[in-house]
Amino acid sequence: MTVARFWRRIPQRYNLVGTKCNTCGDVFFPPRAFCPHCRRGGDLQEIQLSGKGKVLTFSVVHSASDQYSDQKPYVLAIIELEEGARMTTHIVCEPDEVYIGMPVRSVFRVLDEDGTDGVIHYGTKFVPDE
Amino acid sequence: MVEVAVIGAGMTKFGERWDASLRELCTEAGVAALEDANVSGEQIDALFVGSMSAGRFIGQEHVGALVADYVGLGGDLHVPATRVEAACASGGLAFRQAVAAVASGMSDIVIAAGVEKMTDVGDATDVLAGAADREWESFAGATFPGLYAMIACDYMNKYGLTREELAQVAVKNHYHGARNPFAHFQNEISQSTVMNSTMVASPLRLFDCSPVSDGAAAVVVCSLEKAREFCDTPITVLASAQAGDTIALHDRPDFSTMGATVAAGNKAFAQAKLERKDIDFVEVHDCFTIAELCAIEDLGFVPKGTAGKFTAEGETQIGGKLPVNTSGGLKACGHPVGATGIKQVWEVVQQLRGEAGRRQVDGAEVGMTQNVGGTGATVVSHIFRRAC
Ligand SMILES: CC(C)(COP(=O)(O)OP(=O)(O)OC[C@H]1O[C@@H](n2cnc3c(N)ncnc32)[C@H](O)[C@@H]1OP(=O)(O)O)[C@@H](O)C(=O)NCCC(=O)NCCS
Ligand SMILES: [Zn+2]
Repeated sequence: MTVARFWRRIPQRYNLVGTKCNTCGDVFFPPRAFCPHCRRGGDLQEIQLSGKGKVLTFSVVHSASDQYSDQKPYVLAIIELEEGARMTTHIVCEPDEVYIGMPVRSVFRVLDEDGTDGVIHYGTKFVPDE
Repeated sequence: MVEVAVIGAGMTKFGERWDASLRELCTEAGVAALEDANVSGEQIDALFVGSMSAGRFIGQEHVGALVADYVGLGGDLHVPATRVEAACASGGLAFRQAVAAVASGMSDIVIAAGVEKMTDVGDATDVLAGAADREWESFAGATFPGLYAMIACDYMNKYGLTREELAQVAVKNHYHGARNPFAHFQNEISQSTVMNSTMVASPLRLFDCSPVSDGAAAVVVCSLEKAREFCDTPITVLASAQAGDTIALHDRPDFSTMGATVAAGNKAFAQAKLERKDIDFVEVHDCFTIAELCAIEDLGFVPKGTAGKFTAEGETQIGGKLPVNTSGGLKACGHPVGATGIKQVWEVVQQLRGEAGRRQVDGAEVGMTQNVGGTGATVVSHIFRRAC
């Protein structure tokens, strides 16, 4: 990912800032600038998410793209945050530790490196919260 | 609207085609389709080409023009060529554009082609991940097998699907593929082949996955009225439906139900004025074994949660109640992404003409296709009948 492309979403990636629609109450992470339910009737505002949630479904990835091959096997999951938003993320834990319904909390971690002399991307991952 | 029919179909052998480039693959399939339809280049009004990512796979954009040029429609004849893209549904969508062009009366005879040259690139997994939300799925480590694995995990948890039942989808598709001379894999396998294969993304193993393939397919469409000038058994397009959904899997209310398949299927049945029981066989998008189970449920053939049992009982194999993926599906026939949607139409044509050889479905009269882009953000579905 290019520097500008990553940098544009630093507040969201580092701090887990989403958006909330004041019309229908839905919370979005990744943030949306436009409510898909209320459309032009929507009224979005930024919201700081607590970073607490639970695992809805998961997979242990053994065959990754080059970018992530040094991390495999890794736990990929869709989690639901307590505010209601759903996101795809890494869970930092042993492959046999994860289960559906597992409580998780956010942590600040290295996501990946663009080669040996490229940018190091930081961002949010999740760990078991028990 | 003008009634539309398919009058010719051709495909290349799918597989690791290190001997052929993208343009050669397309020419091979295109010439086969034109010969089959018995039409000449002068009669072609338009060409639509489905390709997911020629840009990333081989560094080539503008493939509509490239293909038209190499099949002899560009330079002298100046036939308009349009590339169509919707990830793995690019082929199905190219076909739909061709149908729309004829149905609207804008064009008379149109070619719909699909192609992908995937094995020239090192990291196909990363290119394919572009069919998901790059920023918020792929960048979080999601691969395509990983996303479908999360569908499988959710499905198994909700409906108690067993690993053995899931494996039967691949066993059945290899059985069919072994009867298709154009298939990437033409070997039969056993349940233990699947169960003991390398883990790709749990619970999905190597034999739950469609392979990375090269290949192309092409079909020729025109009005039903004109079709009779060219062939005795035109294949009528009874329905052409497309539906969309959220780009990211995580935004769907139910990971095990593809809302776009439900929507496209309902539209297609309404257009064709047919019931589920009227369909003799179906080609669905089994990019991973779990996707085939979701597809036959979401199209309404069996109740949610029962497709595994239905498959394990042999009902989706040739001779069963609803033969599914007689071509071998994406699993065994191979999955050159842009070509798959056209290959599905090719298979329907073989079956409805009674020319499917060792994999012929007895008395096949009505067939259906379902082609998926990404994890279901685009679904396109068609229903066909042999014209009498
Ligand atoms: C599953 C996958 C990761 C395997 O790739 P790989 O590990 O690089 O496999 P290789 O190309 O190194 O092949 C290794 C062997 O396995 C075989 N093989 C590869 N994919 C296979 C598959 N899906 N099923 C069965 N055998 C397969 C190869 O023929 C080869 O056999 P050989 O050693 O006898 O020649 C890859 O096929 C894949 O990504 N599939 C999914 C494609 C996809 O996501 N498509 C879009 C879906 S919407
Ligand atoms: Zn809203």
